[in-house]
Amino acid sequence: MSDQEKDRTLKISVLRYNPQVKGDTPRMQAYELTEAPGMTLFIALNDIRENIDPTLQFDFVCRAGICGSCAMVINGKPSLACRTLTSKFPDGEIKLLPLPGFELIGDLSINSGKFMQAMNERVESWIHDKNMNNVDFTRLEERMDPDVADEIYELERCVECGCCVAACGTKRMRPNFLGAVGLVRLARYALDPRDKRTDEEFYEVLGTDDGVFGCMTLLGCEDYCPKNLPLQTQIAYLRRKMAFVK
Amino acid sequence: MKIIYTDSLVIGGGMAGLRVAIASMERGYDTIVLSLVPAKRSHSAAAQGGMQASLAASVKGEGDNEDVHFEDTVKGSDWGCDQEVARMFVNTSPKAIRQLATWGVPWSRVRKGDRQIVVNNKRVTITEKNECHGLITARDFGGTKKWRTCYTSDGTGHTMLYAMGNRAVQLGIQVHERKEAIALIHEDGVCHGAIVRDLITGKLMAYVSKTTTIATGGYGRIYSVTTNAVISEGIGTAIALETGVACLCNMEAVQFHPTAIVPVGILMTEGCRGDGGLLLDKDGHRFMPDYEPGKKELASRDVVSRRMTEHMRKGKGVHSRYGDHLWLDITMLGKEHIEKNLREVREICEYFLGIDPVKDYMPVRPTQHYSMGGIRTKPTGESPTLKGLFSAGEAACWDMHGFNRLGGNSVAETTVAGMIVGEYVADYCEQNFSNISTKLVEKFLKREEKKIIALLDRNKGENPYELRNEMQKIMMDKVGIFRNGPDLEKAVEELKVLNERARNIAVRNKISSSNPELVDAMRVSKMIKLAQCAAYGAMLRTESRGAHSREDYPERNDKDWLKKTLTYWREEDDDLPEVEYEPLDINKMEMPPGSRGYGVDNTIPNPETEKRMAEIEEIKKAHPNADRFEMQQLLNPIELPEKFKGNNERIGRGFK
Repeated sequence: MSDQEKDRTLKISVLRYNPQVKGDTPRMQAYELTEAPGMTLFIALNDIRENIDPTLQFDFVCRAGICGSCAMVINGKPSLACRTLTSKFPDGEIKLLPLPGFELIGDLSINSGKFMQAMNERVESWIHDKNMNNVDFTRLEERMDPDVADEIYELERCVECGCCVAACGTKRMRPNFLGAVGLVRLARYALDPRDKRTDEEFYEVLGTDDGVFGCMTLLGCEDYCPKNLPLQTQIAYLRRKMAFVK
Repeated sequence: MKIIYTDSLVIGGGMAGLRVAIASMERGYDTIVLSLVPAKRSHSAAAQGGMQASLAASVKGEGDNEDVHFEDTVKGSDWGCDQEVARMFVNTSPKAIRQLATWGVPWSRVRKGDRQIVVNNKRVTITEKNECHGLITARDFGGTKKWRTCYTSDGTGHTMLYAMGNRAVQLGIQVHERKEAIALIHEDGVCHGAIVRDLITGKLMAYVSKTTTIATGGYGRIYSVTTNAVISEGIGTAIALETGVACLCNMEAVQFHPTAIVPVGILMTEGCRGDGGLLLDKDGHRFMPDYEPGKKELASRDVVSRRMTEHMRKGKGVHSRYGDHLWLDITMLGKEHIEKNLREVREICEYFLGIDPVKDYMPVRPTQHYSMGGIRTKPTGESPTLKGLFSAGEAACWDMHGFNRLGGNSVAETTVAGMIVGEYVADYCEQNFSNISTKLVEKFLKREEKKIIALLDRNKGENPYELRNEMQKIMMDKVGIFRNGPDLEKAVEELKVLNERARNIAVRNKISSSNPELVDAMRVSKMIKLAQCAAYGAMLRTESRGAHSREDYPERNDKDWLKKTLTYWREEDDDLPEVEYEPLDINKMEMPPGSRGYGVDNTIPNPETEKRMAEIEEIKKAHPNADRFEMQQLLNPIELPEKFKGNNERIGRGFK
């Protein structure tokens, strides 16, 4: 990091709106602060809250790119704020908007938890196995092919941040569209030998225009997934699989 | 007044909380989980390396069992743990991991045949047995005799938390998100639930319950540099303390993880060293073998952190604008291994440091990581002094970690304690009726309401962020890896002043609904009390044990200090906690105090130790035909819920 960057003044514009306050209207507000070496948006936004404007709302939890809390639109692109270095922006100007497609709590804080809860219920995001409750845990576990375990982990890496939903063109047109986060979750269970759901059962959740058939293949989801999940391949796989069901 | 009634109230939506909730729900009790954030965003997700369970399926785990795991855990704790609890834990951990496998965790599996690993900076080939193919595998971690840490790449916490979160959704457990418990409701030594603030609307409400379980994780954020998530502020622990009835235990026992990256303090899993990574100094010299020729980089965490600090104090650290650091080198593991098994590590390096650990060294130094201390509980998870209050996971001092936790034993504790404590929570729900007047509920609600109004009405006063930053700096500078009398005394005095100042906080943002400054203001006075418990406990403990390392008292003193520090906050106006001690009884120990095998053994022995050793020999002689399970029950009889009592099967050995 050069010394030049050390003294740079950043201009961070944030969409301000608090629906909890009667009469409040959305507006952009700009903050100026001195950049520090290695500064991330996590550090910058906390700096603003502590030293300039204590009313500013945003969400961080792990601040390490692991938990998915801090997705927002950063200079037009949905991404995780905590691992975004301010040095990435050559002119030092950063525009922050809350992630679209979710209920707004205030400023940059969104209720992605509510959305994800509904998604998890809709896709029944759990292993379906009638015998699950009868397993004797003192005995050796059921074996799994090591490659299959690795493949499941690959899809399990989703952190439910919501970037794919915000970047989805289909979601704009179909408010009830499941989105890549739900589709990849189903792909994860379809791959898992422990889940006994049949293709017909998956079809019940997937086989509509709000499911896998609605996807217009614009693939904003794949472009903006912070975990680089293979969303395109998985959606194509599910679509092929479902096309043969009925 | 809004009151929500339930049987089992769980505060905290991480793994321990979810697991308790699952247990009480499965037993048929109405269950509600309160969480600051969506449950799957809890700090449990950040656990990378893995979970210890003695499955012994990998060839490097052969010969492992509960006894070996027990020995490692007790040694790791520097004999500060409750051996009864450590036993309950090691015997149940294999069951916990197998249950999680049925709930969907894609544990990495044994692959039969040859594979190359790195041991002591050399490539060696090991051969996994055909009959073990497809069973859950394990990696090496610090302070363990066998490869016992089961994992999914380096996203173990994530997959475990998701499996548990999904199980909770399946069971229809309600998770009330963005809710903060700010006080416990209690009377005559019985806990009746909590006063809760909605973080979006700002509204206060009461949750009235038969049992209240606090599973809010650690208090790492009382330090300025920590690997912990921003929500790990210990608020659940603090509201238990503030009852004046429940007590905290061993708050001075704070772990520093050897390898967090500089400057941001994000964790690089112990798996880096477990898989063969090395620590290097500014000259590129591998220094750990100079200090610990036996375990080298894989000594227990407290030992490695101290050795690193010692080495940097000798001027061997790499200078940087953020202070000195050392290097973590995993380049010898190769691209393929790193991409597969240390994936998060690579991603974090890429985004936060702009480097690639496949070819670059990572700048690391010891950083606050884990809170061994917490809410004192009995082996059932219930507070010994406040009935109906339970605690599990990092928030609790249950206590299987004593003064130093082994890597891989924390996510394991969340799950195992969640299982065990969850059963006792359900038992309590079964055996007790809630008898509470709404007058009592209203009293607590009004009290909290008044405090918030006073805070919002005060126009001039202390800045909550300044108080927090000062507290964090005191803890970092004076209650850190190495401690000494004069510094600790200063810390105790300075924190006392902060406590006083915290009674006069003014916020600039005056709205009562969603208001981050108000939240921070409410939390900081609680955090200062926790910091006081830690600093005061550390000042009084004139010995070195595990992570509590006194330069002026370098010996582990079993003669005078084989006891737990209990702290109470009796009256709101007190400026210091009240301290009591709970002795650890050598005559009940399955493994009497001995040497951990690091450096020079300078322990001041306790006369009871020899007596107990002789007694154990006699018991062994008197029962020559006892198998290891019978022997354990003779030496360390434990109670477990019926469903977790069976022996664990291992490949090639059956249930022996």
